[in-house]
Amino acid sequence: MQYIPNTEADCRAMLDVIGVRSSEELFADIPSKLRLKRGLNLAPPLSEAGLWKHMRALASKNADVDQYSSFLGAGAYNHFLPAAVSHLVFRAEFYTAYTPYQPEISQGTLQAIYEYQTLTCQLTGMEVGNASMYDGSSALAEALLMAHRINGRQEVVMPLAVHPEYRMVCQTYVGKLGLRLHDVPYTDRGTTDLKEVKAALSDRTCCVVVQSPNFFGALEMLDEIAEAAHGAGALLVVVVAEPVSFGIVKSPGECGADIVVGEGQSFGNHLNFGGPYLGFFATKEAYIRSMPGRLVGQTEDKAGRTGYVLTLSTREQHIRREKATSNICTNVGLCALAATVHLALLGRSGLRELALLNLRKTAYAKAAISKLRGYEVRFSGPTFNEFVVRSKKRTPAQVNRALLAKKIIGGLELGRFYPDLSDCLLICVTEQNSREEIDALCKAMGGGR
Amino acid sequence: MKDETIGIQGLAFHEPLLFEQGSQGRRGCSLPENDVPEVKPERLLPKKLLRHDIPGFPELSEVEVVRHFTRLSQWNYGVDLGFYPLGSCTMKYSPKINEEVWKLPGFSRAHPYQPESLAQGALELMFELEQYLAEVSGMDRVTLQPAAGAHGELLGMMLIRAYLESKGSPRKRVLVPDSAHGTNPASAAICGYQCVQIKSGPRGYVEPQAVAEAMDEDVAAIMLTNPNTLGLFEEQIAEIAKIVHGKGGQVYCDGANLNAIIGISRPGDTGIDVLHFNLHKTFSVPHGGGGPGAGPVGLKAHLAPFMPVPVVEKKGKRFVLNYNLPSSVGKVRAFYGHFAALVRAYAYIRSLGPSGLRRVAEVSVINANYLMSQLKSHYHLPYDKFCKHECVFSDARQIPYDVHTLDIAKRLMDYGFHPPTIYFPLIVRGALMIEPTETESRETLDQFIAAMKRIAEEAERDPELVRSAPHKTKVSRLDEVKAARQPNLRWRGKAPGQGGSSAG
Amino acid sequence: MILEGLHYTKEHEWVKVEGDRGRVGITHFAQSQLGDVVFVELPKVGRSLRQMETFGVVESIKAVSDLYCPLTGEVLEINSTLESKPEQINAAPYGQGWMIVIKIANPKELGNLMTAEKYRAYLAAEGH
Repeated sequence: MQYIPNTEADCRAMLDVIGVRSSEELFADIPSKLRLKRGLNLAPPLSEAGLWKHMRALASKNADVDQYSSFLGAGAYNHFLPAAVSHLVFRAEFYTAYTPYQPEISQGTLQAIYEYQTLTCQLTGMEVGNASMYDGSSALAEALLMAHRINGRQEVVMPLAVHPEYRMVCQTYVGKLGLRLHDVPYTDRGTTDLKEVKAALSDRTCCVVVQSPNFFGALEMLDEIAEAAHGAGALLVVVVAEPVSFGIVKSPGECGADIVVGEGQSFGNHLNFGGPYLGFFATKEAYIRSMPGRLVGQTEDKAGRTGYVLTLSTREQHIRREKATSNICTNVGLCALAATVHLALLGRSGLRELALLNLRKTAYAKAAISKLRGYEVRFSGPTFNEFVVRSKKRTPAQVNRALLAKKIIGGLELGRFYPDLSDCLLICVTEQNSREEIDALCKAMGGGR
Repeated sequence: MKDETIGIQGLAFHEPLLFEQGSQGRRGCSLPENDVPEVKPERLLPKKLLRHDIPGFPELSEVEVVRHFTRLSQWNYGVDLGFYPLGSCTMKYSPKINEEVWKLPGFSRAHPYQPESLAQGALELMFELEQYLAEVSGMDRVTLQPAAGAHGELLGMMLIRAYLESKGSPRKRVLVPDSAHGTNPASAAICGYQCVQIKSGPRGYVEPQAVAEAMDEDVAAIMLTNPNTLGLFEEQIAEIAKIVHGKGGQVYCDGANLNAIIGISRPGDTGIDVLHFNLHKTFSVPHGGGGPGAGPVGLKAHLAPFMPVPVVEKKGKRFVLNYNLPSSVGKVRAFYGHFAALVRAYAYIRSLGPSGLRRVAEVSVINANYLMSQLKSHYHLPYDKFCKHECVFSDARQIPYDVHTLDIAKRLMDYGFHPPTIYFPLIVRGALMIEPTETESRETLDQFIAAMKRIAEEAERDPELVRSAPHKTKVSRLDEVKAARQPNLRWRGKAPGQGGSSAG
Repeated sequence: MILEGLHYTKEHEWVKVEGDRGRVGITHFAQSQLGDVVFVELPKVGRSLRQMETFGVVESIKAVSDLYCPLTGEVLEINSTLESKPEQINAAPYGQGWMIVIKIANPKELGNLMTAEKYRAYLAAEGH
């Protein structure tokens, strides 16, 4: 199957107009030794029907969260997506459009981004938000680079309770520029050790990073950490991987954050086996010119009509080049649109109710599991929709194998990231998990010695 | 020519913001029922961490939300509406079957951390896609992790840096042609490199002589684009690679223009050590109004030890994720990459097959030369030779009438076309970069040529008409100076039916 | 438009000697190249600058340029009205568009700069 309208006859006529006999003449400038002298070694083409068959076969080799009960979270969340989201987002005018560099014919995309920026500010409690970064992990890395641009300092206080893959991405990004990540341990409450944060602070500290709810689902005391950070002249960077929490938890902006970043996948975007996801990025107005990513602003045209346009572009790569605030060009526009639509559908009361659903179902699961013999809730601090369970009798791998036999995908085995938690699982409960499913989980966990 | 243009004229000409509509208590979706005890949040979370409300957050019914975004969509232009001759962007048609297959539950509703035994389909797809991309580019290995082209560039430069570090020193500088895309020097800078600009030669090519003069043992790499941003194949790329390799440097290739040479020439055969692909360009993944795309990176074997983790491997009949790469640069993104985009690119390659992909290059080059040969009667062509998939004109012949590239671009919208890329590459003043792609018919190209010729005539006859364009769009030219001087980046009003301040 | 009596840098800044002080701005050519100025970042009063050290940034919607200090000295005054009225740089680059006033540390450095005539020739040689 191919998608080229021009036939052989069309092409011959066009070659005549160009003034050549064959298309070979148009490639004559490629030196012979650089020409591929054989066909590409790829499978022959599939018809649309053949492709469908093949893709269905591939997809069927995967489990999905509809076939199995899933209790996985850890930075990717199974939430219910209303039908209206994909119905709207996959209108051709949205998904086949380009970046809105020509605003006169991109007002749909631009107004939607302006709305997205506003929602970002409302959720995070900050003054300005950008049009999106790739995902939570790279948004965090870019926040570190931005903090460094602002105060020039070299050290970053990085709690171990921040998502391990996010920490890895930060290390990859900042290691080359001489910034140093300083690990800080967590306590038995599952939260970051404030004493250790204070001990790590100095006049070389660029910023303190906190994730809340953190990787273990625990809520961090942001205002205490903010106070400590600011006291040392450092910025507070807050990262949020589960933004449904914004429906019930106080905003990081109100707690003193200077930059708030995170993962927006929970709104409007499928699990998609890891991507594309949605990085949100928000900060104070004073730091606008240090901010990476695109920004959409409201303005007027010559006739006084309201319109939207990409603005403050001189920070970006296509103008500033090597002095740009980031190298980001194509971001994840459609994912941001999906989040905007989903949030608009949820609305003020819906978001709160969704957050309460998650909180209550998780509390129910936590209480039930804590009563199971052979298990205990590992950390004592308050959590949102994830918590850590210690398996005393069987290894987490054994537990999950038993669960799989009952078509349940259990929590993440933490040993892969935390050697001292190798007997633990990270369990996530969302509104997608019914009470029956939670009860079935407990039953399957409790069975066996 | 009859004045029947393909415009965008939805029936709604103004649509308030989400926050300016709706009413207190409205909601647009239903939630799963609460089947667990309704514990008060104060019993579960510390009081001082509780949030009670988000003032100003929208409150709309489903019908209001659907109408809102449907109206917004009607003000947009898209590939499915018409021609998008953006040079360097490869705005080709996105096949609809590809949009169906990524939504299959086994792909879209799979969690990245689910057990490998339950993700074999996804891993197989990734493994095979890596092989396809390696074959197309002539590279040894491919990583699918980067989220976009610029992200791939960043990773590519990190790989180079790690490799050179392992050889003793990362070095300090990177050579970048003056015709390069802005992401090139920006990515090099994030890697801690200083950029040295190489001036393009008079014929538009990067000259080996200029490279030789700038190359020394402190230069880590050169970043090239091939075909280059003028749409010309860098004929001496092999010589340039030799010069850089000769002093221990590496050659990075920006693969944005792969559409012109796929199946005809492979970057890996020209001396390239590492390159990125833009799946949302060459491989038909839709642009989404600003992403998501994907920017996989192809590399030669000597860079493989530094690849980001995890790496997809085949062990017997099973596919596994290997995190054990001691020299890996780490990760540029959590999880594995833009999987939903990878599915579409995979489907595209399987649909076209080897001859289909080669025909893409052939026809995209025919289409571009067809445009070029017909437009040069009216527009100045700085480099008058056969181009590849794109060609670059300038506004030199319109400037005497005080009509500039920007005006020509704006006037094209009145004729129902999205403008070409403007003011890039920087080495051509008033650049107009036109890339038709292979998925445009001859009739569309003829319509575009006719419109461009008419605008050139208007520039002479009635320049003010062009300078004040566009006239038929929802808004006319916007005050970008005001937008930058008084940034208004978010709504700060009062929600309907609510008193008091609504600042978030 | 080039004023006599001022000294010019290759980066298109001018300095006007006022006793032992120097008033600094950008030239008419520079502002016309930039287009409408939207933002200018100026140093704090008290900052010490060396000749040709960057002291700030001027931004339009299509370009950003570094600002280079024509002479070594300490910043005595900055033009704070530019914060709300950056357009003054376009309207009156040699007048109300002035940016900083420095205390001239070494008057001999004026020899490193161009006179109005030399600047005129410099622009002509660059094709303007």
